Amino acid sequence: MWSYTFKRLVQGIITVWFIATATFMAMHSVPGDPLTSDKAVPEEIRTHLEAKYGLDQPVTRQYLIYMRNLLSGDFGISFTQKNREVNDIIREHFPVSATLGILAIVFAGLGGVLWGALTALYRNRLPDVIITFLVILGISVPSFVFAALGQLTVVNLNDLLGVTLLPVAGWGGVWHMLLPSLVLGLGTMAYLTRLMRSSMLEIINSDFVRTARAKGLPATRIFTHHQLRNAILPVITVLGPAIAAITTGGFVVEMVFAIPGLGRFFVQAVQQLDYTVIMGTTVFYGAFLVFMVIVVDLLYAWIDPRVRLE
Amino acid sequence: MSEIIDRPDSFTRTAGRQLLLFALLSVGGIALLMVVLSWASSLTGSSAGASSGVDPATRTITATLREEPPQLNSTRATDQVSGMVLGHVMEGLLRYDENNQLAPGMAERWQIGERDATFWLRPDARWSNGDPVTAHDFVFAWRLVLDPQNASEYAFILYPIRNAEAINNGKLPVTALGVEALDERTLHVELERPIAYFDKLVAYNTYLPVQQAFYESTNGRYGADHDTLLYNGPFTITRWVHGAHVRMEKNPYYWGRDRIRIDVLDFPYITSDPNAILNLFKDRKIAYTTLTEENLGEALAQRWHLHRFMDGSVFFVEFNHRPGRITGNRNLRKAMQFALDPSELVYKVIKQPGYLPGESLFPIWLKGVEHPFRQEYPAPPRRFDPVEARRYLELARHELGLERFPPLVLLSGDNPVANKQAEYYQAALKKTLGLELRIDKQIFKQRLAKMLSGEFDLVLAGWGPDYDDPLTFGDLFASWNLNNRGRYSNPALDAQVRIAQNSLDPKTRMEAFAEIQRIIYDDAVILPDYERGLVYVTDPRMQQLVRRVAGPDPDFTSVWISGD
Repeated sequence: MWSYTFKRLVQGIITVWFIATATFMAMHSVPGDPLTSDKAVPEEIRTHLEAKYGLDQPVTRQYLIYMRNLLSGDFGISFTQKNREVNDIIREHFPVSATLGILAIVFAGLGGVLWGALTALYRNRLPDVIITFLVILGISVPSFVFAALGQLTVVNLNDLLGVTLLPVAGWGGVWHMLLPSLVLGLGTMAYLTRLMRSSMLEIINSDFVRTARAKGLPATRIFTHHQLRNAILPVITVLGPAIAAITTGGFVVEMVFAIPGLGRFFVQAVQQLDYTVIMGTTVFYGAFLVFMVIVVDLLYAWIDPRVRLE
Repeated sequence: MSEIIDRPDSFTRTAGRQLLLFALLSVGGIALLMVVLSWASSLTGSSAGASSGVDPATRTITATLREEPPQLNSTRATDQVSGMVLGHVMEGLLRYDENNQLAPGMAERWQIGERDATFWLRPDARWSNGDPVTAHDFVFAWRLVLDPQNASEYAFILYPIRNAEAINNGKLPVTALGVEALDERTLHVELERPIAYFDKLVAYNTYLPVQQAFYESTNGRYGADHDTLLYNGPFTITRWVHGAHVRMEKNPYYWGRDRIRIDVLDFPYITSDPNAILNLFKDRKIAYTTLTEENLGEALAQRWHLHRFMDGSVFFVEFNHRPGRITGNRNLRKAMQFALDPSELVYKVIKQPGYLPGESLFPIWLKGVEHPFRQEYPAPPRRFDPVEARRYLELARHELGLERFPPLVLLSGDNPVANKQAEYYQAALKKTLGLELRIDKQIFKQRLAKMLSGEFDLVLAGWGPDYDDPLTFGDLFASWNLNNRGRYSNPALDAQVRIAQNSLDPKTRMEAFAEIQRIIYDDAVILPDYERGLVYVTDPRMQQLVRRVAGPDPDFTSVWISGD
């Protein structure tokens, strides 16, 4: 187990290094730089700015400096949010994205398992047909459509009732979280439902379930211990990447609901060629994603010993 | 078959009940999780206590910010959102009042001559820590702006002051700046040249004062947080959660506090999503919103009161005049001038509410001698004339000695309006002139970089005013202007820019601008596309929201709340 963990960690570090290098190169090969602005700046000012941010150095040297700072955990200062360090931006805004992401993944995970089990239980009957239809909808409709629709529904509902049932946008209270996290988790929930359903159907017809029934175990025990528990394994496998995808993919939802998460910096930085924020968010999210995948792999190895033998 | 094996139905029922139990547990668990998370994240919270858009009881106005203010250090701020916030919490020597007229600010009176200017500060001008605002605070701030080490991108706006440009270029020390505090309350400025609009310049954000002692106490974090700023304007920032919330409250030390009729100005939502903002408005959580083409119909149906506002920017096709580019040929440019129709572009293609077809480099809001400039000096009318266009194209073909024209590169931004516009031009030029346009779509900074290096034949460009004088547009195509990205160079135009820069006589200056306007049309230096405008709605209880082109916009300082 330890050597497996070690191996995965080394692989992870190499992956993150590769992400950082590739992003750095791609970023510098694009025309323009963070100091490009719509009002022309005198040569003298530009020189001072370049020196201040170290952009006057050759790219390879900038790369080495950046990597050294990265190792000491310093992401630098943002070019657009001129008084803020990228570390501060991540520290202040990632918890918001994470909160939203955790809640969304809980919605998706629990919902996916419950709906999946339900559809398998009522295979080819009315609940199955309805939910399967909704699942197709959930997988094919992008989250910004759900976000806009959800918000519109809330506005009209509030208007109809004359009181604020749910807040339309913003962040800070319990109720601010509900709609955005539901919307964010919906796609994953639909995907997990389908996964759970097929996994469940496979288990229902397996030998050990028949054995369990044959030896006269109570139905509740067969369902929870033999069926659900085994069917959940594939769901856990995709949960890791799903957590990372949800936490990093919340940009649109954060935008629509005016949520101060990290997602908007991730996207805006690219448009503004804010070198330090592009690098900071990409490396951070990259490391996060790699970490999540490793955690799930370890979890999986722990649940299913066969994996460890490879 | 037998009694021993469970019938599938009964199994399903039992398992279903089990599932229901799990579902109930999940809901309970999620509810608990939400409470825990909201408690844990209460520090990053923002909108939880937000009141309605207009709250007469607490005299609060709530609105949205398009983005987190990127820079509240006034010596370095350049963008619109920071400018808006600074306009509410700071005040310069002069300010704009609710009728958009210059009014006394920190200076109670002033005198501007040909080569110098004097400002007398009011005795009750105070910082938010109680200190008096002195002439030294202006001297310190202006030197800071021009210090090359500070690298202020808007330093050029102080260049009319003596030695400013040389200091900014590192040729003179900052102490050589032609500005002096004669005493605590008298500021004397020496000017590099006579300047007709210096009073308007000192109302600009880059001219705001900074208290030296406070600035130095912040260890380079001046303007980074609400407590590392010292305020001298109508409001102070009392809460600033980055990316989430900016809250301003009335400043008890402000000299004009009796004039300010709201107590709190709250921005608990930071988003640029137009639908989110519209929904917040419909939910009565904010006091105003801008409308887009899509939701204009709904606004009309709701019978909201619409306002229209020209934001002051002009958009145009800029040609590449560098040697070797065929767009350097006047006849080719003239051909396109007659082949493209800005009215059709604005009314049939872009269709955004509030936009006006472009006729001139000088937008309609600019003041002339007494009336609007464009009334006094109408732009040469642009007409769509395919025959004339083809005639010019033949001339160009002859002059350039080309069998057929190579494809031209149209550099364009990547946003919905620019996309429509580029495609329209592509189709129109193909149809009328048989010219091939290749659209090079680039995001903002990359488009700017390509403009600067000249990698285009035509570019969809635009310009917003820096100060309230026609010169902010008029000198754009002077041969020495760094913002002249097409490198247009014409001694006749340069001569007119010199006149407009150096003369103090309004009539002489406006005639110079009229001449620039004529040259730009005649030589087809650019092809104006549109003037950007917008349509917005306000909560009917919020009175006197001031919109302005140059300076803080929107301006809430003169807002008052009427009874419903």
